[in-house]
Formats: sequence, C-alpha cells, structure tokens
Amino acid sequence: MPGKLKVKIVAGRHLPVMDRASDLTDAFVEVKFGNTTFKTDVYLKSLNPQWNSEWFKFEVDDEDLQDEPLQITVLDHDTYSANDAIGKVYIDIDPLLYSEAATVISGWFPIYDTIHGIRGEINVVVKVDLFNDLNRFRQSSCGVKFFCTTSIPKCYRAVIIHGFVEELVVNEDPEYQWIDRIRTPRASNEARQRLISLMSGELQRKIGLKVLEMRGNAVVGYLQCFDLEGESGLVVRAIGTACTLDKLSSPAAFLPACNSPSKEMKESPLAHPPSHGCRSTHNSPIHTATGSRLTQNFSVSVPTLIYTGMGSGSAGKEGGPFKALLRQQTQSALEQREFPFFTLTAFPPGFLVHVGGVVSARSVKLLDRIHNPAFVGIMGNTRSYKLLDWNSFNSDEPETRDAWWAEIRQEIKSHAKALGCHAVVGYSESTSICEEVCILSASGTAAVLNPRFLQDGTVEGCLEQRIEENLPAGCGFCHIPYDELNMPFPAHLTYCYNCRKQKVPDVLFTTIDLPTDATVVGKGCLIQARLCRLKKKAQAEANATAISNLLPFMEYEVHTQLMNKLKLKGMNALFGLRIQITVGENMLMGLASATAVYLAALPMPGGIQIAGKTPSDGSYEQHISHMQKKISDTIAKNKELYEINPPEISEEIIGSPIPEPKQRSRLLRSQSESSDEVTELDLSHGKKDAFVLEIDDTDAMEDVHSLLTDVPPPSGFYSCNTEIMPGINNWTSEIQMFTSVRVIRLSSLNLTNQALNKNFNDLCENLLKSLYFKLRSMIPCCLCHVNFTVSLPEDELIQVTVTAVAITFDKNQALQTTKTHIEKSLQRASTDNEELLQFPLELCSDSLPSHPFPPAKEHLESARSNSGIPAAQRAVTVEKASPMGEGNFRNRSAPPCANSTVGVVKMTPLSFIPGAKITKYLGIINMFFIRETTSLREEGGVSGFLHAFIAEVFAMVRAHVAALGGNAVVSYIMKQCVFMENPNKNQAQCLINVSGDAVIFVRESELEVISTQQPTANCQQSCAGGEVTT
Amino acid sequence: MTSELDIFVGNTTLIDEEVYRLWLDGYSVSDAVALRVRAGILEQTGATAAVLQSDTMDHYRTFHMLERLLHAPPKLLHQLVFQIPPSRQALLIERYYAFDEAFVREVLGKKLSKGTKKDLDDISAKTGITLKSCRRQFDNFKRVFKVVEEMRGSLADNIQQHFLFSDRLARDYAAIVFFANNRFETAKKKLQYLSFGDFAFCAELMIQNWTLGAVDSQVDDMDMDLDKEFLQDLKELKVLVADKDLLDLHKSLVCTALRGKLGVFSEMEANFKNLSRGLVNVAAKLTHNKDVRDLFVDLVEKFVEPCRSDHWPLGDVRLFLNQYSVTVHSLDGFRHQALWDRYMDTLRGCLLRLYHD
Repeated sequence: MPGKLKVKIVAGRHLPVMDRASDLTDAFVEVKFGNTTFKTDVYLKSLNPQWNSEWFKFEVDDEDLQDEPLQITVLDHDTYSANDAIGKVYIDIDPLLYSEAATVISGWFPIYDTIHGIRGEINVVVKVDLFNDLNRFRQSSCGVKFFCTTSIPKCYRAVIIHGFVEELVVNEDPEYQWIDRIRTPRASNEARQRLISLMSGELQRKIGLKVLEMRGNAVVGYLQCFDLEGESGLVVRAIGTACTLDKLSSPAAFLPACNSPSKEMKESPLAHPPSHGCRSTHNSPIHTATGSRLTQNFSVSVPTLIYTGMGSGSAGKEGGPFKALLRQQTQSALEQREFPFFTLTAFPPGFLVHVGGVVSARSVKLLDRIHNPAFVGIMGNTRSYKLLDWNSFNSDEPETRDAWWAEIRQEIKSHAKALGCHAVVGYSESTSICEEVCILSASGTAAVLNPRFLQDGTVEGCLEQRIEENLPAGCGFCHIPYDELNMPFPAHLTYCYNCRKQKVPDVLFTTIDLPTDATVVGKGCLIQARLCRLKKKAQAEANATAISNLLPFMEYEVHTQLMNKLKLKGMNALFGLRIQITVGENMLMGLASATAVYLAALPMPGGIQIAGKTPSDGSYEQHISHMQKKISDTIAKNKELYEINPPEISEEIIGSPIPEPKQRSRLLRSQSESSDEVTELDLSHGKKDAFVLEIDDTDAMEDVHSLLTDVPPPSGFYSCNTEIMPGINNWTSEIQMFTSVRVIRLSSLNLTNQALNKNFNDLCENLLKSLYFKLRSMIPCCLCHVNFTVSLPEDELIQVTVTAVAITFDKNQALQTTKTHIEKSLQRASTDNEELLQFPLELCSDSLPSHPFPPAKEHLESARSNSGIPAAQRAVTVEKASPMGEGNFRNRSAPPCANSTVGVVKMTPLSFIPGAKITKYLGIINMFFIRETTSLREEGGVSGFLHAFIAEVFAMVRAHVAALGGNAVVSYIMKQCVFMENPNKNQAQCLINVSGDAVIFVRESELEVISTQQPTANCQQSCAGGEVTT
Repeated sequence: MTSELDIFVGNTTLIDEEVYRLWLDGYSVSDAVALRVRAGILEQTGATAAVLQSDTMDHYRTFHMLERLLHAPPKLLHQLVFQIPPSRQALLIERYYAFDEAFVREVLGKKLSKGTKKDLDDISAKTGITLKSCRRQFDNFKRVFKVVEEMRGSLADNIQQHFLFSDRLARDYAAIVFFANNRFETAKKKLQYLSFGDFAFCAELMIQNWTLGAVDSQVDDMDMDLDKEFLQDLKELKVLVADKDLLDLHKSLVCTALRGKLGVFSEMEANFKNLSRGLVNVAAKLTHNKDVRDLFVDLVEKFVEPCRSDHWPLGDVRLFLNQYSVTVHSLDGFRHQALWDRYMDTLRGCLLRLYHD
C-alpha cells in the first residue's frame, strides 16, 4: 500500500441554478478514486457553497496512482428524484508523484459537463503521501519525469540521452459499445473521457517502466496520440526520448520563493528514513501492450521517399577515414538499440554531428471490425476499471498494432542507414484514419550523433576531441554524413561555403529546429506545400490500394512544391519539415510546412527557369518570358524582404575549385525496409543549371501560378514553424498563443484536382491572412511554431486547425546595421561560451580535460581569416532566444505588464517564454475533453459551439496549471481536434486532446532586481541590472 | 467553397475596441463590416473584405459570449474562460454600461418597466440610436436598478461595488436609479434644454441632503427615497410667504444687502415676492408624490423662466440666491432654520445648475 491520496473539497462558486423554483442549488460533491467514493454534505440553497470538507483519504497502490485520475463530481441534491449532475473535474495526480514537481494541487477548477460546458468552479486541495523510501521510489515508475518539450528542459542538464521509448495500449471505444445505444450521450462521453484518461495514465506508467529499465529518469519529447478507429477501437500510443537529467541548481539559487507550495514537503512521509526497507521490485509487471484485437488482413507498404540534399561531386579526400571511425564508434553506442530514434528537435551543443536529410515512411493499413463475441464475457472477469490485456485472448493474432509501427520504424531506420546515418532525430509518428483505412506515417531526420551523450562517461576522450576540432561551428551539421565514395545515389556536392573543408549538399531538408550555432544569412520564413488528390470512393482492399498508389505521387509533388517555393524565396534549407497526408472518403490531402532559411554553409540556390514545350507560337513565348520575369522578380523581392545577402566568395581564397553548383531534386525510393538494394527514381528535370519548370500542360501552369499566389506576410510580420525565427533574436515579452479552426464545404459539382487544389490553397492562405490581420496590433511580431493540421471530417468538408504563438520583438534592434555585427557576435560568442559552461558539458569534464567547445570564437576567427571580413559580415549566428540570461537579451526584455495579476497563465507551443526564465517544471498536462450539443443553433451554430469549447479547454488547462502552482504552459500542443456536426439534427460533437508542460517562470527583469539585492552579486551585474530597471 | 466554420481563440482574449463600439452601437455584422470598410481599414492593413468579415464575426461572437458575464461584472473578473487583462476588463465593463445622452434623456425619470421598454422603438426612431443599443442601455439601467434598489449604504458605492464602474459612471447610474425611483418628470418641453448632466448634478445634491441616508445611514433604500419626514416638515416653510410681515422683512433684508451689487436689482425687487412664493410653495407641495415628480418643472416655471425673461446674468442669480437663503437666518420670527438650510442649500445648487439657456 504505497500511497495515500488526500482530497479536500473547499468551496464552489458560480454554480448553475438547478432548482427553478428557488433559483438556487443544493450542491454536494462526490470524490472518487478507483473504486472508492466519498461524499460531502449537501450545502443547501446556494450558488456559492462552502463545503469545507474533511480530508478524504484514499489508500491506494502506486500503479493506481499513476493510472487513475481523481474524479470529482458536483451534484444537485434532489429529495424526490435522482440527483442531477452539475459537472465533473478530472484531476491527473501524476505531477504529485515526482519528487521535484508540485507537492500539492490546490485551486479553482472549472466544473465541466460534456453537454453544457463549464458550469461554475470548485476549489479543491489534493495531496499525496507516498509511503516509500527513495530507493523504492526509484524502482517504481512513479519517479520518472515527463516533458512534452522536445529539447532538454531549461533547468536541467542531460547526463545521458538514452533513446527511444514507445508504447501503446488498445481498448474498445465506449462510443461504439452496445451499451451506447441505451445510455445518454453524457454517460457515453464521460465513459470515453474516463477511459482515455485511464489509458493515458497506464501508458505513461508503462513508458516510465521502460525508462527505468534503461536507467533513465525522464522522458523528453513525450508525444501521446489517440487513434479513434471507430468500431475497431481506440489506440493510445506514445513515443518519447528517455534521458537521465540532472537539475541545474546554480542560477535558481537566488530565486524568490515562488508560489509553489514546496514547504508542504515536510508533511509527506517521503522524508521518512527508509524504515520499510522494501527494495522489492515494483508490483506492476512490465508487459508490453503488443496485443491488439485489431486484426489486419490487408496492408500496403508504401514506397517511401527520402529527401536529401542533392548534387553530385567527386569523392572527398580527408573526410572519409575520419567518418568511418566516427561511424564505427557511434554505431557501437546505437546498434544495441532497436530504434536509434530521438523525438528531440533541439539538442545540447555538440550532440548533433551531421544531418543527412529527412527520412519518412508511410504505410496503409486496413482496420478490421470486431469479430469477437467472447469479448463481453472476458470483460466481466476483470476489474471494471482495469484495462484488458489483449494478449490474454488475442495472442494468436499475427499482426498487431505494435508490429505495424515496428515495421514502419524499421523502414525509417534503414532509410537512415542508406544516408550514412546511424540515428534519426526530430522523429515523430502520426496516423490518418478514414473509415477502415488508416495511414501510418513516421518521419525524422537522419543524423550522425556525438556518442558522448548516449552512454555513461566511458567514451574515449581523444576521439571526441578530434570530432570537435574537425567541426567548425555553424556548418558542421551541414556536412554530409554519407561517404562520397560510396554514396547510395549520385549527388551534387560542393565544399562547405563556411569552412571549405567538407562537402555539403546544395539543399538540406530536416525535421528538427535550426541548431543554435548554425550560421544563417538573413531571416527565415514559413513555407507550405499544399496538395489535394481526388480518389474514387472504394471499399476495403480496393480503397487501400488506390490510396497507396496515390501516395508516392503526392510525396513527389509535395517535394517539388517545397523545392520550388524554397528557391522562390532564395533560400537553401528547410527546418521543422512536417508533411501531413490526410485521407478522406474521396480525396487525399497533403500539407507540408517548414521553415526556410539560407544557411551560409550551403551554396546559393539557383533560380527557376521556365521552359515551354511548344515554342511555336509567338504569344505563347511572350507569355513564357512574362512568367519568367515575374518569377525572377519575386526571387529578387524575397531576397530583399528576408535580407538574404550572402557574402561573395572569391575563388582564390578557397584554393580548390568548387564544383559547379547544380540544383536538382532527387528522390530516393525504396521498396521495403528489408531489401538492401535501393531502387531509385531520378525525377529531376534533366541536367540543367537552374531549376527548370516545363509548362507543357495546364497542370504545370497551375503549379507556376500557385507558386506566385503565395502572398508574403504584411510588413512587420514574420512566420515560421520552428521554435524560433532564424534571424530574429530580440524578443520582447508579449506573447499570444491562439488556435484557429476553419472548415470549408466544397461544392460537389465539378470537383477536379485543380479546383480542389485552389480551394485548399485559398483556405490556407486566407487563414494566414486572417491571422496577420487579427494580430496586427502586435507588429512587429513573429508567428512561431505555426502548426497546421488538416482533416477531412466528411465528404466535402475540409478542416484546417492552426495553433501558433505570436511574439513581439524589438524592431530597432532587428534592423541593426551590419556594422556592429561582428562586435555583437563576438560579445555573443563570449556569452555563449559562458552559457555553454553552465550547460551539461561540465558533466563530462572528467573524461575531457580540455575545454570541449571552442566553437563560436574560433569560428569567427576562421571566418575572418578566410575571407577578410565579407564571409562573416552578414552572417548572423542564430542564437536561441533562450530565457537563460544572455546579456544582450536581458537588456531588451520589456518591463513586465503593469496590470498583470496573479491569475494569469501563459500558454505557448514553444519551450521557453521570452524575457523570462523557467525555474521549475511542475509536470505534464495531458487532457482530453469531449463536448457535445443537441442545441447547436442556440449555441451560435458550429462556430459558436467550437469557439466556446476551445475557450473552455484553454480555461481548464490554465486552471490545472494554476492549481499546480504554475504560471505557464510551455510546449503546448493541440494534438487532436475532431469535430463532427449534424446540422439537420441540431447536433455537434467535438473531441480535443491537448498537452504541455506546466512550469513556473520568473520575468528576467524581476530576476535582475533580485540579483541586485543580493549582497554577493558582483558590481558589474548590479550595474547592468540597474540600467535596465531605470 | 463556403466557409462552414471559422473561429479564432486566443489564450488572451483579443478585444478590438473599434469592433466593440460597433457591436455596442447595435450594428449587424454586415453593417459593421461596411462601416469598417468605410473607415479605411482595408487600405491601412491591406486586408481583404473576406478577412474583415471573418474578423468581425469572430469579435461579435466573443462579445456575445462575454455579454452574459457583463451582466454581472464581478463574474467577468472571477471567470476562468476568458483570460483578459484587468485594464481590458475595465474597458469592457465601462463601455458596455456607457449610455447615449440622447437616450438617457428620453428615459430619465421614467419607470423602468415593460411599458417603457415597448416605447423603445419610438425612442430609437427619434434619436437615431439602433433599437438594439436602446435595449441594451435600457436593460442596463433596469439591471442596476434591480440590484441596488433594496440595499443599504451609499447608492453610488453600491453600484460601484456590484458593477465595478468607474467613479464617474457609478455616480451617473446613481442619478439614473434615483430619478427612476422618484419618477421625476424630465420630458416636458420646457425641460428639454436641460442635459443629463444637469439632472445628474441635481440628483447628487438631493441624494446627499434630501434622502433618508442624509440623516440615517442604516436604512434600506436610504439613497433611493426622499426623506418623507423632511418633505412633511417642508410645509412649515410656508410661513415665509404666508406671513406678510415676514415676507416684507425678508425682501427688505435681501434688497438692502444687494443694492448696488446686482445688475438686475430693480427686476429683482419687483419680482422678489413672486420668486420667493414660487420657491417656498415648491417646498410646501413636496408632500404629494405628484408634485415631487414635477419638481423640475416647477423650478423651471417658478424661478428659472421668470429670471431668464428678465435676463438675469448667472452671477446675479447666484448673489440673489445666496442672499435669499442667508438672510432667513436674520428673521427673528422664523424658527425652522435647520429645515430651511437643508432645503435651500440643495435647491440653490440645483437652481444654479438649471439656470442656463
């Protein structure tokens, strides 16, 4: 009996009127955990009841603590009839189970009803006493910390990054159970919410166990998703990166006592000496939920494409042997892992050695219906609130959900290998389901990693040092990881424009964030490729075959669009690439988003040339040349807009001839993961110097047109889908996170691919335009982490959901002339170095006596000596606008909002808050809500309904964070927003799943005030602080 | 391609002041879009009409959802659904409860009943304010009235506490509630020249001096109802005009004091008895509810109009009224000095405010 959960119900407010006669409510509360229920007294005739209950105590084992949510139900007492439910609050008590996170949950929670929405608030206090000593604690998966953040959380350092963890659990969807025909929509929704909450808890616990097995203590980049497979069931799956994290203590030492109730700690018996002495292994057996009753009798593996940098070149001279050595070593670290995948998108300095390119794999599967009448009988044998272990009666199924994913991951792994990479970073998985067809997708960036972080400090130091010496900062990751002599495909390579020593591709696509030390010219911008393909309606196998036949063409077209748009912007690399393929009844949609940048290390992209196939007609020629001019103008305009002025490089300095940069797009197509031979498909448009578009038919014309219809954001606006905007690093503190949803209905007449593409394009463009308009008061600002999600809820409906954050920045600083640039970057380099020192590297100082990272300064020196200024002149060292106090950043942080009150909770999809420092992570927020209405018109139609629901979801997230003692959610993501309507019946239903990390942050300006008050603070610091505050 | 659903939800609720004003003014979405276009927003921002339409719809929906909370402003502060900075919350409340001068002049002193609500179409037609906006303003008056009508304590304070108004707005509402409760006539033609500000000024003086609250701060409705006892007592003042000696003495004292100081001395001397009779009779009549309602009509008829027809400058009116009320203290035969002061101090203030063109 390892834990005691204590709950106190304090009061309610703003309750709805439940008794029409008196206009009042006789409310009481049921507190339920597992199978135990307590009740408060009835508080008669009040809309603001004060229950002030005793402490309700639940004695439970830790498995339940992790799986079960605390369920609080507010009811209206009725003497004569059944008590009416007002609403519920589910509280995930997981954050109370980590020693470092929150110690008490206390605050006002919105009372939520799936039919009526939020109905008043309830004040609750929750505590957990864990009856286990610290050793025992470590053995249980309770102690494992979870982070949604896809980088090492700000107040931790990574000791070891262990690698990939994944798990999935399966259950029947309550919405599709026979009982759903007789129960109310409310009961059905609540059963679903509860089940998913339970499944998430179980999933998290199981992942935790895997992490402990790997000897880690945390999961970073935790991504949990639901697959609502309809009649065939409900899958909850999660992936993440297991790490061993150490808390950074230094800068937090002088933090103000934050409102987190950490003093309560002493109440917890945690502090007790290990008197129990129970070092026994945890009582929850590790069983992988491989089971699935979702049989699969049909599966199509889709040939997959690898996007890489292209170009071909002669073999490198010096790179070869060294790379082999490196590969050999890191392979030993990674080979023992089944999947050397990392869900991280940003890394500790030095972690990422080379990036190969994007690898992705998709597979079309058919979901099978339930054929298992034995199901109900078996259900009766288990405890009602426990999940079924499908293995027990479904073990004979050859294909399981786990196997499906394993297959895809294998494929990804082999793709990475083909690119000479031993690992995949920025890895993510997704599904798209329509009826019984399901597309599983996985993508990531093939990479070579520094083994130092991957294992305990047993690495030989000498090699590492070599690595670092060989890697000039800012371009090292661009260097090709594959062996030029032994390339799996012909490619155009050039010598790195930065260091001149290694080969680089001419274009680089990745799914990760821009590395902090990357050298970028100008600013970046959001690029999207959008595509629709009509598909005949079909059933089962025929449908799956049709889809899998379409997929390669879609991938190819998406890739071509991305390439064209990238060139149109005059840039040469994509970061944060995310390609989403959505399947509907009669169409497939592809949406790719990425942030384009100009990497100084890569060659300048060539232009786009248009060629007509039939140059017989004079007016046609004229038209062509007109188009050509338009495109050239656009490129020139974009270069100006994004300040792309790469330094000219004279040949003499380089010494060796640079192979002529040739821009070609190549596609690597592999049939299956097992086959070693790689069939390749050279789909480039001939061997021409510039990227040539042949407009030989109307389709191609459309392509060219669509290229030119993308309107750049209005002046003062920038947008990207990565964490930070390359080229902007002076954020001010104002942030606005938002979600925008649009659904359009296509006219069913004359649906052609072209019309569809245009509609979809307009939808996305208009949505972006609306965002720019709405947020115009924040100019100058940048939309960061713009995340588009497309779904096809019905035949003729397209739904696009966007979540992003708008961050203001200081325009004057942004427009600083190049004069001060070198000075600035020198300063920054030194601050960077200081920062690095406090970063994890000290942990390996025993194995590495010398300073492991000479990067920034050396890079600058080399850059200068190389070219006598110009090379570095316009090069901006992109630095992560991390809240960790860089000097330059501090100066720019705006004074805190004068009116900010205690209750404000910030939300952001980013891992940081500009102008502030995260001092504590309080735990993961992972919430699932269902809202349904049978009075759609009365609630303002579909827009009114969804608007209110999303606002309510935000409110519930904020309330939970506030109750944990936090003031922000970082790495917030809306993973799912499934909206269904039936206007004829006046009904609608929506499911939303959100997650993020609850944190406490302190404004930097406040930090400085404190630091000046510190007697120990040195003079310089306090002077700087004083300047800022005046 | 038609848009089925189009929403934008920010973690911090976006409030566009311009759109809020249009919404409060009761314009439909399409009218509001047209007005925004006319204001040149498309040129300024480079947006399209569709973007503007979507933006306006979105704001209207937000306001619609907020409206329920605005009906009880403390709820807006404590609710968790919309995260709005305090300064914005104050703005939302203040603007929602703001009213049009033209509208308030139409309903000031009227019973806030269903009957009056029916007349809103006429008011809308007459004032050019949209019916929607008229309804909102009327409902605001009524809502505030209902909440504070049976409360103890200062009227303005109660309003401020329950509706979180600014000081200025709370005092205006106190006046509106006070007028509605006492049903003062303000619509007569001869009162048309008076502004809401004039009446609000008078209301404040009357609340301070003539209500129950002026003597006892522990009664319900203390600031809403006039002190009945005081009104009864006012009959005693009749002696000032009924007793001929007293009237003559009063007149001679005033004339002595003002001789040479008043530009309109002769007119004053000639009119003294009429004016004094008018002012004292107004007091004496206040026992009847009907006469209470006609207070402002009487004041204008019996004092403002005669003075104005003789072209008294405001300075002279002030001198006269001061002297007129002060000299009563020198009338030996008059025993109700305190009563006189309570009546005349307020009345003097009101008359000076009401005396303009």
